[in-house]
Amino acid sequence: MQHDAKSSSHAGLNVAVLVTVGRHPVTARARRADQDARAVEMALSLNDAAVRLVHAGGNGDDNEEALRGYLGMGIGEINLIKQASSADVVPALVTSLRDMAPQLVLTGTRAETGEGSGLVPYLLAEALGWPVISGLAQVESIEQGVATVLQALPRGKRRRLRVRLPAIATVDSSAPAARQSAFGPARRGELAARACASVPDELQEQWHVQPARKRPKRLKIVKSASARDRFKAAAAKADSGSGQLLSDVSPEQGAEAIFNLLKEEGVLR
Amino acid sequence: MLDTLLPILFFSALALAAIGAVRRVRLWRQGRPSPVPLMRGLAAMPRRYLVDLHHVVARDKRMSNTHVATAGGFVLAALLAIVVHGFGLDSAVLAWALLAATTCMFVGSLFVAKRRRNPPPRLSKGPWMRLPKSLIAFSLGVFLVTLPTAGILPEDAGSWVLALVLTGVVAWGLGELFFGMTWGGPMKHAFAGALHLAFHRRPERFSDKQGGEGRSTGLKALRLEDPKAKLGVEKPADFTWNQLLGFDACVQCGRCEAMCPAFAAGQPLNPKKLIQDMVVGMAGGSDARYAGSPYPGKPVGEHAGEPHGPIVARQGTALVDAETLWSCTTCRACVEECPMMIEHVDAIVDMRRFLTLEHGNTPNKGAEVLDNLIATDNPGGFDPGSRMHWAADLNLPLMADKRDAEVLLWLGDGVFDMRNQRTLRALVSVLRAAQVDFAVLGNEERDSGDVARRLGDEATFQTLAKRNIATLGQYRFARIVTCDPHSFHVLKNEYGELGGNYEVFHHSTYLNDLLENGKLSLKAWKGGLVTYHDPCYLGRYNGEYEAPRSVLKALGIEVEEMARSGYRSRCCGGGGGAPITDIPGKQRIPDMRMNDVRETGAELVAVGCPQCTAMLEGVVAPRAEIKDIAELVADALVIDATAEQGTSQDEATGKARRTAEEMTP
Ligand code: SF4
Ligand code: SF4
Repeated sequence: MQHDAKSSSHAGLNVAVLVTVGRHPVTARARRADQDARAVEMALSLNDAAVRLVHAGGNGDDNEEALRGYLGMGIGEINLIKQASSADVVPALVTSLRDMAPQLVLTGTRAETGEGSGLVPYLLAEALGWPVISGLAQVESIEQGVATVLQALPRGKRRRLRVRLPAIATVDSSAPAARQSAFGPARRGELAARACASVPDELQEQWHVQPARKRPKRLKIVKSASARDRFKAAAAKADSGSGQLLSDVSPEQGAEAIFNLLKEEGVLR
Repeated sequence: MLDTLLPILFFSALALAAIGAVRRVRLWRQGRPSPVPLMRGLAAMPRRYLVDLHHVVARDKRMSNTHVATAGGFVLAALLAIVVHGFGLDSAVLAWALLAATTCMFVGSLFVAKRRRNPPPRLSKGPWMRLPKSLIAFSLGVFLVTLPTAGILPEDAGSWVLALVLTGVVAWGLGELFFGMTWGGPMKHAFAGALHLAFHRRPERFSDKQGGEGRSTGLKALRLEDPKAKLGVEKPADFTWNQLLGFDACVQCGRCEAMCPAFAAGQPLNPKKLIQDMVVGMAGGSDARYAGSPYPGKPVGEHAGEPHGPIVARQGTALVDAETLWSCTTCRACVEECPMMIEHVDAIVDMRRFLTLEHGNTPNKGAEVLDNLIATDNPGGFDPGSRMHWAADLNLPLMADKRDAEVLLWLGDGVFDMRNQRTLRALVSVLRAAQVDFAVLGNEERDSGDVARRLGDEATFQTLAKRNIATLGQYRFARIVTCDPHSFHVLKNEYGELGGNYEVFHHSTYLNDLLENGKLSLKAWKGGLVTYHDPCYLGRYNGEYEAPRSVLKALGIEVEEMARSGYRSRCCGGGGGAPITDIPGKQRIPDMRMNDVRETGAELVAVGCPQCTAMLEGVVAPRAEIKDIAELVADALVIDATAEQGTSQDEATGKARRTAEEMTP
């Protein structure tokens, strides 16, 4: 495996990876975010790809340490788009992605800090007019602007997709684990900071944020005599109750079905 | 005729040797600078040779006598021969002395030759097989040409043919012993070895005249200040020059190989080959000419290197494969055994540092463990806030509350391990029975950094160490006691360089003190045969072989020693992050150790280390039972009511009851 990022002068694919500051689930210490690191790993494992890392956000001391975690994977620099801590980073990211014009944008499914809604890739895709692939598990090939990729579905299933580039793909924990971050390259790598006007996130400013309460987990009580039944109950997939599987339908029919569901659920009124 | 030939011969050999010496020195000087006191080092060299080196060589009595005769005879003979034959000084006294010296050397050479008849596998063959012949040629040749000078034979004895033959023999001897010494022959060990002793990177490891034992086992800190500097050793030239000199001193005696647990387990490591590979790398070339045992499973001749080329390749092969470096348990058996005082472990960790800090290539669970250490301060990734959960019922006094205690009990990461928790409970009950004023750091304690450091992650080690030192700095205590020899070693020997100096005791030493001071009374041992396993980090690293044995003695246990015990104890396989990097071999090191135990017929093996406990208990039954010394003491405690008269009756019974409860598992 090639550890050094290739120079961006390379003729091959141009990949941008959006990275955030993560947070360790046990100790809440700042770190490289797990899914974002997997996205970087995936970018580095692409043949002939010029990989550029982009981070938009505030720049505390902790943050710098955490971002250096990505540099330790053998990346020369991270483009740091400086933003006020209350800013909405989407406009800044849109501007910088337009400048960079990558064919593929990779990122984790959701951030470990901040809002963590997982919406950023969708908002970017909407603004740029690009498709989104969620749960990217593997890039099989990229030929003439079309990527063949595997998308991860629940319970280890995979679905092969063909996507016209440029596109945005999110990576979750089903992607290969990130390589070790080495201390030497991490501290030698550069954080290339660039100022960019911050657009305040007005909605968020009105929010009141508090730590989530730990909710008790409901125990599933299985009344059964044999161990086999208990095992089956434990291994059974949670049934979704209602729902329908549509296959081989026209886009209009699909959209119609989704629209109806959203109405039913009261999402759309 | 000899009168003209011999001086020419001697002086050309000397001149060639001098040229060779300069070239050899230039090879060493490729290394990084490392200041040494030149004159003081040279002055200390004879003592280091005669006392420290011979202390090691003398473990093999026969070889030691052989070496004294051969080397002593040679040094004397060489000096005298230069005077007598080189300068042609016609002195019968010197000539007789020379005859005596060569005789002595000749006898020694015969023993060398005898050993080479059927050499044990640890010895290198190749050029080493001709060494006894060369030694004999030199001693015999010089002896014969000296006979006329001593007046035993007339000056013109024999014909010119004989003279020529003799000259040839002497030339052969001189070639090996003078020329070969600096041009890379087997005798190189004498030249490089002498200088290595003088300029050793760890001068503190040698004994001194005041009776100081001389021990230096802590790893040296890596300077992390300069962000541009390369971390660790990538190329042979990244070692310090005196490390390179040290490698060059190796005599390929293979004592290290014979002791190495990884080699015996069939893992791809052989300390002797590793040192030879460094010599190959320093001079440039391939290992094809190496004539000893290879790394298990790796044929000789496939690796090559150069002074400024990488030692471990990212892909393919270079001088050494990464798994060779990761097989080492850092048990120091090789260093302990090496007559040339070579520091294998330093070299291995130096190279690991580069692999971890620059390549980010710590194998298997290595990366995960290091990440855990960074994020949670313990290798298992447990919540640092749950460190004291095991002791929820013990009501252990916290340093944060007490601020001042006689003993700071360092618990170690064993707090997260259910087996070790039993040991800790035992230790606490013993300390309570002896009414020791102790306290623990509780959640403020962190991993000592031992594993991170042996895995080459010096940055994480230093962070952990500095934070621990800051925590310890807030409190007052007379000494630290711990039941983990790894924490013990790191706190005692490796924190000093970072500003933390403490008096640290392993629990066996401390328990022994308590026993000697009559603080504990014990029931007599009623079990079966017991043996004791010396943990590497207690024994070889810190020289503590006695205290655990005398604790066992106080328990009434007669220790049935294993064939390999004390300074020759075989590692359990748990050190140096070896269980984490987990390089496969043909067998497992702990299995071999339990076989050692089995040979003694012992039913129980006493240990003093959580790591050893875990490794040895991992061996499948039937096997001896494994118990920590603290557990054995706790089991034998007699709670003496009269000893507690000072305290109020109430408290005394309360305490006794609690101790009794803690004792029952
Ligand atoms: S390293 Fe030391 S013990 Fe090993 S072969 Fe060389 S001289 Fe002998
Ligand atoms: S320290 Fe132990 S495992 Fe490592 S090379 Fe030396 S003897 Fe072998």
